[in-house]
Amino acid sequence: MIDDLQHLEINALAELEQSTNEDQAQAVRTKYLGRKGLLTTLLRNIAQVPDDEKPLFGKRCNEAKDILSAKIDEVLLQQLLRKKSEGLLKEKIDVTIPGRIIKFGRVHPVIQIRREICAIFASFGFSIVEGPEVELDYYNFEALNIPKDHPARDMQDTFYIEENIVLRTHTSPVQVRIMEKIQPPVRILSPGRVYRRDSDVSHTPMFHQIEGLLVDKGVSFADLKGMLTAFLKKIFGMNTKLRFRPSFFPFTEPSAEVDIRCVMCGGSGCRVCGQSGWLEILGSGMVDPAVFHNVGYDSEEYTGFAFGLGLERIAMLKYGVSDIRLFFENDIRFLKQF
Amino acid sequence: MLVSLKWLKDYVAINVTAEELAEKLTMAGLEVDEIKIISPSFSGVVVAKIISIKPHPAADKLSLCDVTDGAQTFRVVCGAKNIKAGNVVPLAKVGATIPGGHTIKASVLRGEKSDGMLCSEAELETGDDSSGIWQLPDNLTLGVSLESALDLEDTVLDISVTPNRSDCLSMIGIAREVAAITNEKIKIPVGRLKESIEETSSHTSVTIIDADLCPRYTARLIKNVKIGSSPVWLKTRLESAGIRSINNIVDVTNFVMLEMGQPLHAFDFRFLEQGKIIVRKSRDDEEFTSLDGKTRKLPADTLLICDGVKPVAIGGIMGGLNSEVKEDTQVVLLESAYFNPVSIRRSARKLAMPTDASFRFERGVDPEGVIISMNRAAQLIAELSGGNVCKNCIDEYPLKVPATKDIPLRLSRISQVTGVLIEAKDVIRILQSIGMNVGKAGKDNYLVTPPTFRVDIKREIDLIEEVIRIYGYDRVPVTLPNVAVVEMASNLRMDLEEKIRHVLTGTGYSEIVNYSFVTPESVDYLCLQENDERRRLVRIKNPLADDQSVMRTTMVFGLLDAMKKNNNNGSLDLKMFEMGRVFIDRKREELPEEKNMLACLLTGVTTDNLWGNMVTADFYDLKGCLENIFYDLKLAKYNFRSSISEPFLHPGKSCGIYIGELLAGYMGQVHPDVLEKMDLKNCAYVFEINLDILENQVGNVIQYREISRFPAVTRDVAFLIPADMETNYMTDILLRQSEDLLENVVIFDIYAGKGIAEGMKSLGLRFLYRATERTLTDIEVNIIHEKIVQNTVGLTGAKIRGE
Repeated sequence: MIDDLQHLEINALAELEQSTNEDQAQAVRTKYLGRKGLLTTLLRNIAQVPDDEKPLFGKRCNEAKDILSAKIDEVLLQQLLRKKSEGLLKEKIDVTIPGRIIKFGRVHPVIQIRREICAIFASFGFSIVEGPEVELDYYNFEALNIPKDHPARDMQDTFYIEENIVLRTHTSPVQVRIMEKIQPPVRILSPGRVYRRDSDVSHTPMFHQIEGLLVDKGVSFADLKGMLTAFLKKIFGMNTKLRFRPSFFPFTEPSAEVDIRCVMCGGSGCRVCGQSGWLEILGSGMVDPAVFHNVGYDSEEYTGFAFGLGLERIAMLKYGVSDIRLFFENDIRFLKQF
Repeated sequence: MLVSLKWLKDYVAINVTAEELAEKLTMAGLEVDEIKIISPSFSGVVVAKIISIKPHPAADKLSLCDVTDGAQTFRVVCGAKNIKAGNVVPLAKVGATIPGGHTIKASVLRGEKSDGMLCSEAELETGDDSSGIWQLPDNLTLGVSLESALDLEDTVLDISVTPNRSDCLSMIGIAREVAAITNEKIKIPVGRLKESIEETSSHTSVTIIDADLCPRYTARLIKNVKIGSSPVWLKTRLESAGIRSINNIVDVTNFVMLEMGQPLHAFDFRFLEQGKIIVRKSRDDEEFTSLDGKTRKLPADTLLICDGVKPVAIGGIMGGLNSEVKEDTQVVLLESAYFNPVSIRRSARKLAMPTDASFRFERGVDPEGVIISMNRAAQLIAELSGGNVCKNCIDEYPLKVPATKDIPLRLSRISQVTGVLIEAKDVIRILQSIGMNVGKAGKDNYLVTPPTFRVDIKREIDLIEEVIRIYGYDRVPVTLPNVAVVEMASNLRMDLEEKIRHVLTGTGYSEIVNYSFVTPESVDYLCLQENDERRRLVRIKNPLADDQSVMRTTMVFGLLDAMKKNNNNGSLDLKMFEMGRVFIDRKREELPEEKNMLACLLTGVTTDNLWGNMVTADFYDLKGCLENIFYDLKLAKYNFRSSISEPFLHPGKSCGIYIGELLAGYMGQVHPDVLEKMDLKNCAYVFEINLDILENQVGNVIQYREISRFPAVTRDVAFLIPADMETNYMTDILLRQSEDLLENVVIFDIYAGKGIAEGMKSLGLRFLYRATERTLTDIEVNIIHEKIVQNTVGLTGAKIRGE
């Protein structure tokens, strides 16, 4: 009888193994463990077992019943899980179809640069100020030590509204307007649109500038170098090489142009840098005593530096745009790239 | 300023490469824009040696030369007589080009083959000798190209000279700088002027009437000149500077201008009536024909150089056609003068005649350099034209040009400005190296007198710049300012703009930037009425183009223009905005009003996916966008009223945007007529709003309100109201009933059509009731709701649908 039991057990497990669905697994349960099941019947026939073997036989039968029952439960569970996941897989979608989005719009590339520069100088403690775009000749030129009939006026071809009213050619008039209003220390940044009568691949009649001014006691040319170095390394990267070279602006003296190593060729010379290996980035200098005189500052007590840069130029270098006019054509295919 | 290095070497030794020199000049403030190599105008000409010469069998005047380039032997037929075997000569090989664009071909001359050409100096334009074949030095390597064998190439630096450095508009000026920065000595050419016994003043005279415009005028006569073409060396020098050779006299005046920086002019003396010079201002409506052949009406106060009767030159700008040096000129009056820079600049601009001369005069020439330059030119003219230079020049100098002397310089001020301590001896050495005279004036104080050609040096700060420039900007340390902490003022409008930018880009709108100037027709395109302030255009006197000639008074035109350009490129679905200023003219002599505006345009479908649901944008999409901005700005009191009329907006689909009772802008569908005028095919929606008004209304305070933990109870009602009754009217009345428990009213349906009487619409409203501290009961809500609905019906005349 024990042998019969062993056979039964082996057969049952084998059949269970082969069952592929719930019905088949349930059929195994009925066949062996049902009321008329083979194992049930076997146990029912315990009377035929010799008395001394009865306890062992009974025990073995119950063990076999438990094992088989647990095994069937396990198989059923697995089959249930498989069925569920097969059902979900039938709902499979094409994940490669593009998502349903409202695409972000873009901030104009030049404004992005302005934002970046303003943030850097805000971290240096500069306040952002503005002034009129249609400006008096006095603020645009004369107060900045550019008298009428001075050749320095050739440096900026000017749009005139009236004899003494111009479209500002730079953001520098703002520094005069501010200095007229407040006493040192001054630390201001002035972004805005400026206008020059010029139009080609690298010039548009309107572009953006940022002007900076710092006036206090004990400010020197070395400080100008320090602050602009810190700024340019933030904008173009810590490894940016730069040089300061003498130049001329009527409202600063000494004046300096600041160049960075060409971002395209790294200094070996290319079309972008005109083979020089350097790119002109900004103009700067120590505020000319004549300007301080015009706003009533004592140039013996206070010194300061000013700087100005064109934003389109920075954007062109940073983004590899070769034609400045693209910034004002407002082609959405261009704008969406930034 | 184009600077030939070969020429420059006449005045200063150059012991560095062109690149190094360019770098040094650039770092001293003379920016080198370009380094150009100038090659002679021939190619393929090599050094060759004549092996043998024999007569041409069929032509007496020709000979047959066998020449070698060291590797190969060529048979060349030649007509020159000055050659013999063993001579080293230039050989233009087959395929070579020689000046004038001729290409040498293999040919047959009187039955003899010729594989090339032996050349004279003149044929190669390297010299004037055309008498025979150019005899080259024997020690040249055969086969080497002639230009490298004789070093015929030149390097030209294109230097951009800043407006303050008029002294550097000459070769000697540049040489002085080079000498200072490379520690070399400058060599100024010394003319050995041979004068005849005839006095200049015995033939002519100079009278200056307007000395303020012409403080100094010098003149000298040169007799018996023979006009001809200039020697090659002179032509080459002028060419390297970009000036065309004309004749030996004119070329000398140009050469000396380039060399010394002093513009000169030569008159043909026979055309000077009464043989004299009078310097005066122009009279009313005087006309004059200048050397360029153009006749111009002269503006008042133009400085004229006249003879006894008529003008013969526009002083400092251009000579006259009537007194031009001609082929048969024999007596020349040479002018060297100092003109008032401001006057020259004004006249040159008014006449639109920027010349090399006016460029230098308006920047300031050396008032004390006029005689040296005059004599240099006289000497060269005598040498090149065989003329006799009359004795002594006339020097009328009625108004002494003040020279700057004894500028105080403090060492302490140098370090205050530059942030670097430069030792006294270095300061003195630097200043002396650029021609300054330095005298001591107490401890660490000096008195500095600049040379007269440095007209830009007047103040201590000018000297400090010179010191630090030559000292080297790169040697100045890098420090950070040690300054007081100042409170940073925030810029409310810029902050506002940034917030708006975030909302708009987040909603899919991209920022554009239009020029601030537009076509004056823009206001017609937008059909603005005559009394509209946006017709008060600020006009540019000198625009680049008509369509950029007035400042914009609204940004809508620019947006529509951008829409058009994009539509033409196939981009039909657009969400764009711009922030910037508009300009309203006030009155003469006053600056216009500048307003900061935000404008936005929406056209096409609102989604970016073609496979999803495509919805064509409408009024409410754009309105939602604006409401989003207001939400973000925590703007409390805004509303939209249909009671405005913008001529460029659809009268039925537009409204004013009010902040409180202030009209801040408008929005709506662009009027079909405007679209048609601007040739736009698609419907578009725009708004424009004044940011200056918005700036003052932004809410900064956030006050948290407790969120109720109790459920809301809703009631839906459909009201029947006249079709033209605005929803706002209804909701305003509802919310005005100050019922605390009514939390909100939202629209869930608007319907007109079948089942609704003509001229009416059904407005479905959902009422939301809630208490903060308890759950409302149905009965409680019913009572309140019934009251509100009945009140509303009473106040508006609305009917309840389905009753």
